[in-house]
Amino acid sequence: MLITAPTGAHPLADTAARFVWLVPLLPLAGFVINGLLSLLAAANPGPADPSAAGHGHHADGHGHGHDDAHGHDDPHHAARHRFAAVTSLVGPAVLLASFGLALAIFLAMRGVDMHAPYVQTLFSWMPTGDLHLDAAFQLDPLSMVMVLIITGVGSLIHIFSVGYMVDDPGYPRYFAYLNLFVFFMLVLVLGASYPVLFVGWEGVGLCSYLLIGFWFSDEANANAGKKAFIVNRIGDFGFLIAMFLMFSHFGALDFAGVAAGAEGLGLGNVIVTAICLFLFVGCTGKSAQIPLYTWLPDAMAGPTPVSALIHAATMVTAGVYLIARSATLFSLAPMAQLLVALVGGLTALFAATIGLKQWDIKKVLAYSTVSQLGYMFVGVGVGAYTAGVFHLMTHAFFKALLFLGSGSVIYAMHKAYHATHNHEDAQDMRNMGGLRAHMPVTFALMWIATLAIAGIPVFSGFFSKDEILASVFARAQHSTLADATLFGIPGTAVLFTVYVLGLCAALLTAIYMTRMMLYTFHGPNRTGEAERPHLAEAPWVMTGPLVVLGVLSLAGGWFNLPALVGFLGPVGTLEHWLEPVVGAAQLTVTHGEAAHLSHSTEYALIGAAIAIAITGILVARARCRPEALVAAKDAPVEKGIERVLLHKWFVDEGYQKAVVTPTVGVSRVVLWKGLDIGIIDGLFVNGSALLMRTLGWFGSQLQSGQVGTYAWVLVIGAVCLLSAFRIH
Amino acid sequence: MLAESLVLSAVLFAIGVIGVLTRRNAIILFMCVELMLNAVNLSFVALSRLYGATGQVFVIFVMTVAAAEAAVGLAIIIAIFRHRQSVNLQNINLLRG
Repeated sequence: MLITAPTGAHPLADTAARFVWLVPLLPLAGFVINGLLSLLAAANPGPADPSAAGHGHHADGHGHGHDDAHGHDDPHHAARHRFAAVTSLVGPAVLLASFGLALAIFLAMRGVDMHAPYVQTLFSWMPTGDLHLDAAFQLDPLSMVMVLIITGVGSLIHIFSVGYMVDDPGYPRYFAYLNLFVFFMLVLVLGASYPVLFVGWEGVGLCSYLLIGFWFSDEANANAGKKAFIVNRIGDFGFLIAMFLMFSHFGALDFAGVAAGAEGLGLGNVIVTAICLFLFVGCTGKSAQIPLYTWLPDAMAGPTPVSALIHAATMVTAGVYLIARSATLFSLAPMAQLLVALVGGLTALFAATIGLKQWDIKKVLAYSTVSQLGYMFVGVGVGAYTAGVFHLMTHAFFKALLFLGSGSVIYAMHKAYHATHNHEDAQDMRNMGGLRAHMPVTFALMWIATLAIAGIPVFSGFFSKDEILASVFARAQHSTLADATLFGIPGTAVLFTVYVLGLCAALLTAIYMTRMMLYTFHGPNRTGEAERPHLAEAPWVMTGPLVVLGVLSLAGGWFNLPALVGFLGPVGTLEHWLEPVVGAAQLTVTHGEAAHLSHSTEYALIGAAIAIAITGILVARARCRPEALVAAKDAPVEKGIERVLLHKWFVDEGYQKAVVTPTVGVSRVVLWKGLDIGIIDGLFVNGSALLMRTLGWFGSQLQSGQVGTYAWVLVIGAVCLLSAFRIH
Repeated sequence: MLAESLVLSAVLFAIGVIGVLTRRNAIILFMCVELMLNAVNLSFVALSRLYGATGQVFVIFVMTVAAAEAAVGLAIIIAIFRHRQSVNLQNINLLRG
């Protein structure tokens, strides 16, 4: 590895931070090892190898931990992969080592003035013409927070995966993808320029595709992977255009250069606004916002730990990170910020309504994720970057816990159905019920996460969500956003609308989460007499990470306590920590003063938030009757609004009609039949051949074989030549 | 004297060309080609009075080559005749494209 010393002596230069390149490299090494094990097993299928029958079509989830609704009676189901033991060791170990190193760097960073980021250049990447781009890593408080979340929560999810996936025939392949994903995610948050970030951005998209379609022999899973990839590509197009604009107008692509260029243009400049809007297009794809959110619920086709890692805790937050990273740009483009906040608010409410009527436990959590991502975008949209990142962090804790908890539930349900050879859906909440008695640990931890996401005081989600809503409220009255307009609507009106959207989404969040808990863990058990004795808590390798996440979900609020509850502990830790990165941008938005609300207003806002959360839980308690629920196979067909919500407002069907079918049609008629077959094949390939054949036919007609004709031609030619010489 | 010789040469050459263009019999064609060669020989000899003996040397070469050519050509014609019982060139178009 080629490491050039950073220019100038940064205070971090002699600390553990000089090993920052190892943080992403360790997961990459894990990917290489696990990938080789997977290939080795595929190349030499041993007698005891479950995949001996054929590596290509084995992976339809014969292991216990798969999410496939059908369940199979496979004689091989208990046979583990030959290299399962090595993979179980290597997969989580590289992540834990990475996390340990990140912690050491974090400790070294404390107390150091981080107003200038620590940049480590690995090698020169694109030294062409005006563009000099280095493959460089940048350490600053923001990327440090992200690295800690990714490696920390990632390690827990890796450990959980050991229990969940160990019986899957594709176990080493699974861990190879998982490690590769973490590598790309770390490149994303550590990159020192937009193109390096983009490499990670594309890489996590690729790994997402690979992991969603992990059980690719089922066509629905493979399609879900493709959908995620294609929808993300639509967003990436926006990101690319934003980068082109940056290069053409600022001549730079590194964070510092772009920020300096944007500052030179001033507030509300049309170029900066355009760059921000195109970046946001990229964010809507990666972070599942309206209109590109549709891939995320389908992504639940992957294994549940994947949903926890990629589609809740890390990858989908990349958009939030990108906006926080581009804080200087966004703070100079109030119109773009208003749009981000409005889209975030709409997404938060819209996804929450769908979550109300889903029966698949993972689908509820998927829409909940989309909704919470909306909250984060409201936060970063109104220029409260710390609040957005804070919610990102607490959400990583409680949503990872919810997903892993649901994974634990599905694991138990699947095991029970497997034992009795029942082919019911192990993810349908109508088949669950009363699991409290069978899985007490998961039950208690899931309630902690539910209270956190619903915004009940003391739990982590309360503080982060409240900070976002308070920031919106404050900025609606006094900020550059309030002075700006969006489509002619004054910023103040937009922001109050966003605030109301956020409150409504909070109410619905409390309702659908309580509904999910009631149907899953409370009331009578609906699995069936035969299955009931087989329901049991998952092994400790799975519940252990849940406990850690439970503690974090409970206490995560202490990372950034509001001043109002200063008696609980240190105030605004994360705010101080992130100040070197986003502090100046936040002050730009609030006209150079710290955002300020009077204490009475703040008490009123918090009171309203608490009242809404409790109302939501009570409404769900009153409306949802687990006792009256029947198992999925006996359930009546939904009617009216319930049907609309169950079918997700028919958005997928609408996209199919409005976008997919016309695109496929145009591709078939114009591009395939017209351009490819007609013009390229017909005109260019076959056309040039036809032209040559015609010319050749004319030439061949001259060659009659008649000596007389040749003699005539010869004489005429000679006469012509002679007369030509004569003329000269 | 020179002018008359060159005119005669040109006339002989023209007769040869017309014969090659119009006749179909391979033997006659062959004789016409010989006529053209000898027309050129005549002009060489005539012009050598003005420009020295080089022309006469050329004539010797031409006659030698023409003799060899006549031997090969006649052999080919005989072979064709044995094969097809005809030396009519209109029927011989094996080299047609």
